[in-house]
Amino acid sequence: MTYVIPALIVGLCGMMAGILLTVAAKVFHVEVDERIEKIGEALPQANCGACGYAGCADYAAAIIQKGAPTNLCRPGGADAAGKIAAILGTAAADVVPMVAVVHCNGDCNATQSAFVFDGVQSCKAVKRFYGGTGTCKYGCIGLGDCMNVCEHSAIRIENGVAKVTPALCGACGQCAAVCPNQLIEIKPLAKHIDVLCSSADNGKVTKLNCKNGCIGCKICEKKCPNEAIKVENFHAAIDYEKCTGCGVCMEACPVKVIHSCEK
Amino acid sequence: MKSLMIILLAAMLTDNFVLSKFMGICPFLGVSKKLDSATGMGLAVTFVMICATLVTYPIHHGILVPNELEYLDTVVFIMVIALFVQLVETMLKKCIPSLYSSLGVYLPLITTNCAVLGVTVLNIDNGYSFVQSIVNALGGGLGFMLSLVIFSGVRKKMEYADIPETFKGVPATLIAASIVSVSFMGFSGLFN
Repeated sequence: MTYVIPALIVGLCGMMAGILLTVAAKVFHVEVDERIEKIGEALPQANCGACGYAGCADYAAAIIQKGAPTNLCRPGGADAAGKIAAILGTAAADVVPMVAVVHCNGDCNATQSAFVFDGVQSCKAVKRFYGGTGTCKYGCIGLGDCMNVCEHSAIRIENGVAKVTPALCGACGQCAAVCPNQLIEIKPLAKHIDVLCSSADNGKVTKLNCKNGCIGCKICEKKCPNEAIKVENFHAAIDYEKCTGCGVCMEACPVKVIHSCEK
Repeated sequence: MKSLMIILLAAMLTDNFVLSKFMGICPFLGVSKKLDSATGMGLAVTFVMICATLVTYPIHHGILVPNELEYLDTVVFIMVIALFVQLVETMLKKCIPSLYSSLGVYLPLITTNCAVLGVTVLNIDNGYSFVQSIVNALGGGLGFMLSLVIFSGVRKKMEYADIPETFKGVPATLIAASIVSVSFMGFSGLFN
């Protein structure tokens, strides 16, 4: 008996609790739209936030509950948009594949260090310390804050400058957010012509600081048949909506700062 | 009547569960960032404390004591508490989904909240009557809510404070909690 009664009491308590909870679960049952779960599975679960929602689960709920567009997922691209459209039973919305580009080509051969920095090895820290170690204060610092934040391992530091591997890039924009010099831009993958300089110094100073810098001569601006390239703040910038990728500017550039970033 | 009043105020102020007995610190630090989630958490804990006392007191005195099974107190009490926490969770999910998601993991954590189990065990240890036990649970719950609400105000102020880099985040929060606790020490000696 000394063993039976305690076992009975605990068992009975457990059973009562079980019954009560079952009844409560039935009474307070919440309908969850099963499409939300399915869309969540179709998304890449990178939780990068490029869609503008707090994460993949939040975006999935927003598609069902708030009618959010189905083509916002950048890492998932057309693949994810197609799957979401199939779940919703609608036509797949167009997805323009995007990619990150680093607007700087000031590698170790082209530019010099102004001083040696012994502090925390991060671009953000260096930037606060006299604007960076390089002679050009607008260029890539090269300590890889973007590389560290990239969840797709698409960025590497090559000869002191960040390079993006387009095949791996999810275009989530985390690198663009973390770069202290705002050198990284998310642009359409199909537009492969890029100006690899962001220096706002005038032509003479830029040339002094970096062999690969844009001198702002405006030759590209004059040669472009589509008016897609403009020189502002002493460096050229491409309007990707107008650019057709003809490559005229690339050939005309006297300092070879315009590159085709296809590979 | 006078003794009930004393029990209520003592549980709320002088013997405040969080600030004087340091029980239930985890939701105190975890859910006190916003006033509405702090209030919601306080109400949930109060509800669980009262319901658990309502059930555990009869179980202890009606079933366990006559059979000399007081050693089962902890197991049975935890089961009862878990039952009510699960009940609150199901109800919140249905009725107030926003509060449910803002409480997050801290809601199921009430199950193992030492303040809740503490109330039920202390009621037995102090030899309270049924009514006294319920008043003690009510006071404990309200005291818990009071400390959470006060602390959420403190944390709101701290967001605008210029805190030294090394203290930012958890250390500053813990220091602020200790200062709030010091202020509650002022209540000691209120009832003699």
